[in-house]
Amino acid sequence: MARMKFLCDSERCIDCNGCVTACKNANETEWGIQRRRVVTLDDGEIGKEVSISVACMHCSDAPCMAVCPTNCFYPTEDGLILHNKDTCIGCGYCLYACPFGAPQFPKQGAFGARGKMDKCTFCAGGPEADPALEAQKYGANRLKDGKLPLCAEMCSTKALLAGDAQEVSDIFRERVVYRGHRNGAWGATQQEPGLSELARQAAELATDAARS
Amino acid sequence: MKYRKRNRGWFSLVALLLAGCLFSLPSVAQPQGGPPADARKELMQTLPGTTSDYWRNVQGGVTGTTSSRSPGAETLIMVQGEQWRNWRNHWVSPGGLIALGGSAAGILLFWLLVGPVKLEHPRTGRKIERWTRMDRTIHWYVASLFIILGFTGLMLLYAKWFLQPILPGGVWAAFMTAAKNIHNYLGPLFALGLLAMILKWIRHNAFNRVDLKWFAKGGGIVGKGHPQAGYLNGGEKVWFWIVTFVGLTVVISGLIADFPNFGQSRETMQITLLVHGIGALILMAASFGHIYIGTAGTEGAFEGMKTGYVDESWAKQHHDLWYHAVKDQAIDEAELEARKAGNSQTAANPTQAS
Repeated sequence: MARMKFLCDSERCIDCNGCVTACKNANETEWGIQRRRVVTLDDGEIGKEVSISVACMHCSDAPCMAVCPTNCFYPTEDGLILHNKDTCIGCGYCLYACPFGAPQFPKQGAFGARGKMDKCTFCAGGPEADPALEAQKYGANRLKDGKLPLCAEMCSTKALLAGDAQEVSDIFRERVVYRGHRNGAWGATQQEPGLSELARQAAELATDAARS
Repeated sequence: MKYRKRNRGWFSLVALLLAGCLFSLPSVAQPQGGPPADARKELMQTLPGTTSDYWRNVQGGVTGTTSSRSPGAETLIMVQGEQWRNWRNHWVSPGGLIALGGSAAGILLFWLLVGPVKLEHPRTGRKIERWTRMDRTIHWYVASLFIILGFTGLMLLYAKWFLQPILPGGVWAAFMTAAKNIHNYLGPLFALGLLAMILKWIRHNAFNRVDLKWFAKGGGIVGKGHPQAGYLNGGEKVWFWIVTFVGLTVVISGLIADFPNFGQSRETMQITLLVHGIGALILMAASFGHIYIGTAGTEGAFEGMKTGYVDESWAKQHHDLWYHAVKDQAIDEAELEARKAGNSQTAANPTQAS
């Protein structure tokens, strides 16, 4: 069984926002709803600027799911976190818990009351039997047709990868190996004992973070 | 932002770390058949030069620029969310159950072991007005909203554990939508009532020497004889100030949470909701005591807030100083009936009265 993940290679992302546009087009999200965004750090500083495309990361232990008062989230067999808009009450707790700012809310009600939450579905639709209704409520269901999310499919530099976690990380690792050989960073951690200790700690943290 | 200024050079690597660790680690960390130690080694090779400094930057919540207009979109990773989740799910939620259950169990135990406070002397049949119509209106307005808000609030916190499994999907959705909307719309009305109540009763609630002695005798539990008390005893004053301070905290945090259209950040909302939950659960746990003392716990107390009048014997026993000040205003049943009839007549025929 596949476990679906996104991965954004910041060395390749050029902040073109093609993924954002592709997502909006594929899912026909309503005004003000942006399921994917590109964050640029150190914008405009030559040599330092990096961009990363962020959306729902379909966490293994999803915080949104843990805090939802109505339990509207559910994990799929592919490791995706989808939600049922019929059960969503628009309380916003998922937004407060999500590290990635993925949940989006249309402003529908009086006094700033939120509408039903909308977020990236990995182009896997949602819990609705009728395809027309599914498209209207949750957007595209490309996974059903054997296609990957449109954001990743349309990424011009293939910075944004989507698919089975193992395959995606294999591709990424291959890239890093290639870059490492060229710029000499490869193996640096082994040569510097001090740095290596720090790296070990960081790796430990990262491993724990990914597991939790 | 401060991290950007301090460590500008690190950010390409921060980003690489984010890309590599956060997004692809589940697969790297759990390779098929490989022990965890190999996963770490693999990660170190995948991300050369990864240090704790990068992690600290990410934990500090680095911000950048984005075209997204949704709140907090410029923050790459908001780490406070996980803390909020822990606080809410591992402390407030179970803590609330312990507080409410403990309070209820304690009261039940007290009731079984000690029992209610009976009137020491038989009723004289003469009544003294204790709570005016305005007092009672405010009290029951606040009380009924408190119960509705408490119930819907508890549903938002706990219902998914016991109600969702037994309700059909549609009913569950409708129930929770109703709970949220009732909670959000009645909240501001509760705030108005609470404010009115505080303003109406605050002048009775300054502590004095009599209250100290009342506390020393535990309100009559310790030692013999009922301690002296004025219009309100020490316990009632304590409840008033709990309602005032905790109540206002709950109301203010509730209003912040209720109107998310003022651009509150996610971090603000997290703290607001924690404060709101903790405050409300404290109030609810304490309210059990108030409800018990006002109903089953004290003979003759409930009629004061129901009819506005208490029996002379009750007043003498529980609020002797107040009784001595107002005993000449006591009226018998017949007078009371007449007064009530007069009131309802004027109420029923306002044109005649005017």
